[in-house]
Amino acid sequence: MKLNGARILLECLKREGVDTIFGYPGGTVINLYDELFSFKEIRHILPRHEQAGVHAADGYARATGKVGVAIATSGPGATNTITGIATAYMDSIPMVIITGQVPTALIGNDAFQEADIIGITRPCTKHNFLVKDVRDLATIMKKAFYIARTGRPGPVVVDLPKDVQIAQTEFHYPESVEIRGYKPTVEGHPKQIEKAIASIMQAKKPVIYVGGGVILANAAAELVAVAKRLGIPVTTTLMGLGAYPENDPQSLGLLGMHGTYYANMAVSHCDMLIAIGARFDDRVTGKIASFAPHAKIVHVDVDPTSIKKNVRVDLPIVGDVRDVLQKMLKVADEIGPDAKACQAALAPWIAEIDEWKTKHPMTYKQSTSVIKPQYVIQRLRALSDPDAIVATDVGQHQMWTAQFFGFTAPRTLLSSGGLGTMGFGLPAAMGAQAGFPERQVMVVCGDGGFQMNMQELATIVQNRLNVKIVILNNNFLGMVRQWQELFFDKRYSSTCMELPIDFIKLAEAFGATGLQATKVDEVDEVIKKGFAIKGPVLMEFKVAREEKVLPMVPAGASLTEMVLAS
Amino acid sequence: MRHTIAVLVENEFGVLSRVVGLFSGRGFNIDSLTVAPTNDEALSRITLVTRGDEQIIEQITKQLNKLIDVIKVIDFEPENAIEREMVLVKVSAEDQSRAEVLRIADIFRAKVIDVTPKSYTLEATGAPAKVSAMVELLRPLGLKELVSTGPVVIGRGAKAWKG
Repeated sequence: MKLNGARILLECLKREGVDTIFGYPGGTVINLYDELFSFKEIRHILPRHEQAGVHAADGYARATGKVGVAIATSGPGATNTITGIATAYMDSIPMVIITGQVPTALIGNDAFQEADIIGITRPCTKHNFLVKDVRDLATIMKKAFYIARTGRPGPVVVDLPKDVQIAQTEFHYPESVEIRGYKPTVEGHPKQIEKAIASIMQAKKPVIYVGGGVILANAAAELVAVAKRLGIPVTTTLMGLGAYPENDPQSLGLLGMHGTYYANMAVSHCDMLIAIGARFDDRVTGKIASFAPHAKIVHVDVDPTSIKKNVRVDLPIVGDVRDVLQKMLKVADEIGPDAKACQAALAPWIAEIDEWKTKHPMTYKQSTSVIKPQYVIQRLRALSDPDAIVATDVGQHQMWTAQFFGFTAPRTLLSSGGLGTMGFGLPAAMGAQAGFPERQVMVVCGDGGFQMNMQELATIVQNRLNVKIVILNNNFLGMVRQWQELFFDKRYSSTCMELPIDFIKLAEAFGATGLQATKVDEVDEVIKKGFAIKGPVLMEFKVAREEKVLPMVPAGASLTEMVLAS
Repeated sequence: MRHTIAVLVENEFGVLSRVVGLFSGRGFNIDSLTVAPTNDEALSRITLVTRGDEQIIEQITKQLNKLIDVIKVIDFEPENAIEREMVLVKVSAEDQSRAEVLRIADIFRAKVIDVTPKSYTLEATGAPAKVSAMVELLRPLGLKELVSTGPVVIGRGAKAWKG
């Protein structure tokens, strides 16, 4: 039986196991939406802005591990997706974004709502496709999902002209696809792995440095097993938070610009750094020349371009992180001493780290007169479900969440790490809640980032998504203000958001509940009440206005040159 | 260091712009670029000349390999490669310089492909160094216009390098 392109697309999505999509209709996808009207097997969520739709698909993908799917119309609809696509690209999130396109005969003619989305998204997608013939559509969709989820994951755009959606052909969904130029190396080289383990066994001061790649590869359990087997302390990047439980004694917490003193000192003094699924971002390394200056570096990554891009690497291992960690464990069992002996051998190193931990723990100065944002984060952890998912926006609150929440499971922190996209948090939480309707999902925002996509309150309420919104309101674009305070002589140029927005009324205007805490002793009460109410709740905390995120390594400085909390 | 890199790609629209975009997006420079289909019509071969230290060239080849439409990348060792480029060059040629242009063309085995009372247009093919030597000799005589293909490169020996 012949089907039209729009129907074929939906059938492809169904066969890829897609149950939820986030999309915004328009002239060039109207045929697709017409098919969707009677296609009940996929839930469609209508955001209030295409950017938020893509962030929602992204949040869904980060939380569930499945491929996120978003739809936008051509022209402005498609260009509105760019920030969302670039965000997913920087953090290697598997997504397929379908954009409508003007009919093939009009492409290149400056038709109404035409934009060259293939050209525009080329630098911020893993790959993109323009479907010129309906007979190619099913194969292209198969390829799109395959590319998005394999190797180093990433977003793939499929641009679908209106006439291709209308044209008919026989539908056949291929079981597999062969792409000549795309053969990701997933199996780690056994010899390299043996060499790495032998070298690690020689080290007196090893540190494991973990990035988001461990979470993307679903390799958290393998990471814990290897770290425990070898007794090596573990530090993570922002994207790696949750890959290793922070309540474990071997955890060093966050590394880098706002990382813990002991993580940064451990990396600066280690003789062996085992980087796993991490890409040596400048926010992690600080000044490259003085990063891990005494260490041999082993780097495990599925993407060969990540290796030796920023730092020298002594022993590269290209492969899927999970596969490599499994093999590492096996080799350790074969050639190494037992776990107890490994741990005993590292006792002096652990003692050195413990001294740093005791001397400079991750801390802040509590106050009785004003709510400290760090305190709110700690109370959120204490009063939320153990498997709660936390999305954040970008800025000070993001770093406080990273520092003080204490993540213990993968896929529980959803944050824009690479691109640092303000406005990401609220829609990402919305997507995560759509993926896990039964789990507790919250978003921690600043007052600035929340205002970038606050229209999504409407989507949340309309779709009865039980998202808890936490706003740490300091009436500032806090992180920029912090830099202005430290490096620009307190010249707060355009970072003060003095307009006193009534966020409670705003929540109520959209049909959500609004709660507010202005005093320290109201914090617990608001959190408990907010979590107890069924449905979307906005909890606003009026926090200390000029609180800083500390410790801090100034941009371009070495990890040992930290400004510490008083 | 100058490197000549050959990239075998799917012969589809937009592929060249992916390759070029990779260079511009990462701040790498391309000295020259040649692209045409191969004996397999489904494939195109790009030959490009770029510069960089070992680390930059390694990143360039890795990033090229990462592109979905790229099938093979070879960074040619000069001793194992034959490089050729073609130039078309229009030179002023009046009075006594007319004979000199022809002498230079003869020495470099260039062909005269157009002639007017005021100019000769020459076609020359060869290794980039040879072609550039000829151009440098013609320059003082009045180089009016020059167009070059940039180098194409093929490996020495019997081993072929197809898809």
